[in-house]
Amino acid sequence: MVTLKCPVCGGQVNVEDDALPGEIVEHECGAQLEVYKENGKLALRLAEQVGEDWGE
Amino acid sequence: MIVGVTYDLLRWEERNLIQEATKLGHKVIPIYTKDFYHLFSEDNQFQNLDVVLQRNTSHQRALSTSLIFETLGYNVINDSRTLINCENKLITTALLSRHNIKVPKTAIAFSKDKALEVASKLGYPAVIKPIEGSWGRMVAKAVDEDTLRSFLEYQDYTSVGFKNVYYIQEFVKKPDRDIRIFVIGDEAPVGIYRVNTKNWRTNTALGAIAEPLKIDDELKDLALKVKEVIGGFFLGIDVFEDKERGYLVDEVNGVPEFKNTVRVNQFNLSEYLIRKIEEWIRK
Repeated sequence: MVTLKCPVCGGQVNVEDDALPGEIVEHECGAQLEVYKENGKLALRLAEQVGEDWGE
Repeated sequence: MIVGVTYDLLRWEERNLIQEATKLGHKVIPIYTKDFYHLFSEDNQFQNLDVVLQRNTSHQRALSTSLIFETLGYNVINDSRTLINCENKLITTALLSRHNIKVPKTAIAFSKDKALEVASKLGYPAVIKPIEGSWGRMVAKAVDEDTLRSFLEYQDYTSVGFKNVYYIQEFVKKPDRDIRIFVIGDEAPVGIYRVNTKNWRTNTALGAIAEPLKIDDELKDLALKVKEVIGGFFLGIDVFEDKERGYLVDEVNGVPEFKNTVRVNQFNLSEYLIRKIEEWIRK
């Protein structure tokens, strides 16, 4: 596990070591977060909202 | 094999495909679209991929990356031509109709007046859909002309692409369900009923329940014929059952989701898909 910071509330978020960019993490503050890589390390940002052209 | 998986959102499906391909001994290279770029004048940053699995949620990102990887000479599932055929409902309907595959009665118009005129020929209720879109979003049932007029006005004032193309269908009196059948390579191995007793729209994204489907020969033949017309290697085909006319093909999905299909059928779709790709690559 790696502990990251929630970009919304600043709280701690535990993410699996092998998480891949694009994974969605729900945080207890209600934020929906997206894993991404910053300088080779895992980080979190607010997840992209459903777009007009999303879907199967 | 070396399998590239291009994606923008890591859903259950993408994770499962990566896991199953790895289990089968293949090397998987996840290609996260937001970290990806391509410069046509530079060398290819991905070497020796045997296949690229297209799994982007966004249609634009899917179409764009399929096209780029095809340009680099890779096998892409699904390729850009298939995605174009699937993602625009007018193109799908036109192709299916031209090849005598039964579809719901569908009208196209380019002005509100003509949309209302042609809808009166279809009869009410009528269904209006954005010609691009998914998960049942903005698909609406107009019970009469007055309601349809309101929906057309909503369409006029949205930012939806192609908003001046009006795509209107008859309301098919199907049972409280539709059929989702998967084509993988040259087979149609699995499918589900999508049952919704509370909403006439039967997308699982809108609460429909998946139930196992026994695929009869007619449905299998239909699915493979759709594949011949639309193209592609991995498709999710939506079919309505009509009492008089039999099976009507409603839509074809070029990046289909399959979590519920796997769950209710106990069918390892990812493994099946990877094995079918192995066969295809060997040929």
